[in-house]
Amino acid sequence: MRFSQSALNHVYGWLLLTPAAILLIAFTHYPTAATLWQSFFSTGTALRPAAFVGLDNYLFMLEDDVFWTVVRNNVIFAAGTIPVSIAIAFLMAIWVNGKLPLRGLARMSYFTPTILPMIAVANIWLFFYSPDIGLLDQVLGAFGLPGHNWLGDPDTVLGCIIVLAIWKEAGFFMIFYLAALQSVPPDLEEAAKLEGASRWYFFRRVTFPLLMPTTLFVMINAVINSFKLVDQLFILTKGGPDNASSLLLYYIYEVAFSFFDQAYAATLTVVLLAALAIIAIGQFVILDKRIHYR
Amino acid sequence: MISQLKRFCAGLGLAAAVGAGVSSPASAVELTMYYPVAVGGPLTKVVDGLVADFQKANPDVKVNAIYAGNYNDARIKALAALKSGQPAQLSVMFSIDLYELIEQDAIVAFDDIVKTDDDKAWLKSFYPGLMENGTTQGKTWGIPFQRSTIVMYYNKDAFKEAGLDPNHPPANWDEMAAMGKKLVKKSGDQVDRWGVMIPSTGYPYWMFQALSMQNGEVLMNGDGNETYFDKPAVVEALNYWVGLGSKEGVMPSGTIEWGTLRQNFLEQKTAIMWHSTGNLTAVKKNASFDFGVAMLPASKRRGSPTGGGNFYIFKKSTPEEQEASLRLIKFLTSPEKAAEWSIATGYMGTRPDAYQTDALKKYVVDFPPAAVARDQLEFATAELSTYQTGRVRKLLDDAIQAALTGSKSPEEALGSAQKQADRLLKRYR
Repeated sequence: MRFSQSALNHVYGWLLLTPAAILLIAFTHYPTAATLWQSFFSTGTALRPAAFVGLDNYLFMLEDDVFWTVVRNNVIFAAGTIPVSIAIAFLMAIWVNGKLPLRGLARMSYFTPTILPMIAVANIWLFFYSPDIGLLDQVLGAFGLPGHNWLGDPDTVLGCIIVLAIWKEAGFFMIFYLAALQSVPPDLEEAAKLEGASRWYFFRRVTFPLLMPTTLFVMINAVINSFKLVDQLFILTKGGPDNASSLLLYYIYEVAFSFFDQAYAATLTVVLLAALAIIAIGQFVILDKRIHYR
Repeated sequence: MISQLKRFCAGLGLAAAVGAGVSSPASAVELTMYYPVAVGGPLTKVVDGLVADFQKANPDVKVNAIYAGNYNDARIKALAALKSGQPAQLSVMFSIDLYELIEQDAIVAFDDIVKTDDDKAWLKSFYPGLMENGTTQGKTWGIPFQRSTIVMYYNKDAFKEAGLDPNHPPANWDEMAAMGKKLVKKSGDQVDRWGVMIPSTGYPYWMFQALSMQNGEVLMNGDGNETYFDKPAVVEALNYWVGLGSKEGVMPSGTIEWGTLRQNFLEQKTAIMWHSTGNLTAVKKNASFDFGVAMLPASKRRGSPTGGGNFYIFKKSTPEEQEASLRLIKFLTSPEKAAEWSIATGYMGTRPDAYQTDALKKYVVDFPPAAVARDQLEFATAELSTYQTGRVRKLLDDAIQAALTGSKSPEEALGSAQKQADRLLKRYR
């Protein structure tokens, strides 16, 4: 009797899990496995069916100059966007958490870039950056400085993309910090004041450690976004000039839908997935030990 | 799961078909046609109007014309429909999709469908320059419909200001460089107006095709399995383009954005721009100055690639459907309809006799720039299209941008692009 009761519990439990499990399997696990599987085959056409090629796609990738360019770009893009956008988000959150006039307006204006669709925003920034007629060049011109072909120069184009990404992201991360800051109990601050701690000391030893879980969360999001956020490229540069601003995911899109090489696109996707998985696991394992959870 | 979804969708489609069938019981053949729209304006209405005209004249055929986004979307949708077993019978798709469609074994040649002498004559009634992208292996696979080309827009006021004859746009490369120098306006080191801008993002290969054609070379063969990126005349053409910026100083260095170029021209930041005829209506509406439209200048000859969409008929269709599709295409490309379409959109009339119709004759008299694209057709070549077309095109795009930004010499950039293109195309020879 007891046995069948626990068996019933099992069935009950599995039934509760089924809807979520079906969705996860259909839209996450199955596509992942299928991608991995497909990366070992050649791309088939009606006249030449797909054939098993083993690691050929991966070997081709290692020799693909464009692949290495986009990987390098992606590392620079991540290194440029993640620390800066987190730092700015942090500062903005502290700023709008304090008492200041028109606080609601300040919070809203910091958050606005987040809710605007990237494609629309990129179309506006295209005209900021455009040489001669763009906002940036006109501001520079007002100070008597020469204009620059921002998006047409391989040395500046990635920087332009990074600035746009920071502008877009910082407000989003600010919201998390703001929420975390508001959950810091006010009695801690009072106690610190009584003990004579300076504001900097209080920030360093109390606020910052308490915000570490948020920082970890934000950091993981920032890393994922630095690989995921490529919408702006469609409008601003299409990855050019000469791949100087192309990122890994954009290159995958090109391979899949412009070159119609699904097998190679699958190969690149596997690499992207693996990289993201390793980074996320690393962050959890290393940072978790140093984080104070309440 | 997926096959169930498909069955469900098929059911929906059937229900819709039955529903639609009630309203037109005379329909014997039903056709589905995808078409893209790549330029601004309410073109879907124009297409709906043309299709309605056809149905009035042919009550036994029912046509579902479905707007499918841009050229890329249209190809993806049509091929997806094909794979799902709910194929369209005909579609308008990018003229350069030809080899991709052949490789997928998706389309039939028009030569295999036409039967009467009348139909065979119809196949020959279009501008030959527009047929190049639709013919390979000795057969015709695509019929030109929405087709454009590159023309030169120039600011007549700027020409007057610079002491140039506003009715004499540059006719050759040397003239363009020389006039460009006079047209550049500086205050101190700051350039207020450039002489020339040729866009180099988005579709650099398209602009470059014009330059190399003018220098007497085409970039690929008719079978789509060979490219000629590293021929001396081609390298020379890229040298000229790069030199406009680095040597002559009439064009900004680096790449020039396709999307904002029209605005640059309208704000008089450049006196000359090369752009698609598709911009004609927008420039006409927004220019605050007197502008002219001219054929692209010549080096050894004049030249420009064509661009745009063709009609294709899909293989997965019955003989009756193919016959009805042919009838529809013939109707939509008849001189009268081609003229109507050209006036409504700015696309070219696809055949000489379209320009003999009263409507188009009158339009060209009222607005002479509309005829420039037609007159240039005589010198036109096919748009770059090969097997593995996306990859090959990207190789050329990257080479052009590398040269324009100075990271590689034209010779080096085109040489390596050619080598890689050879590697891709070898197995199609």
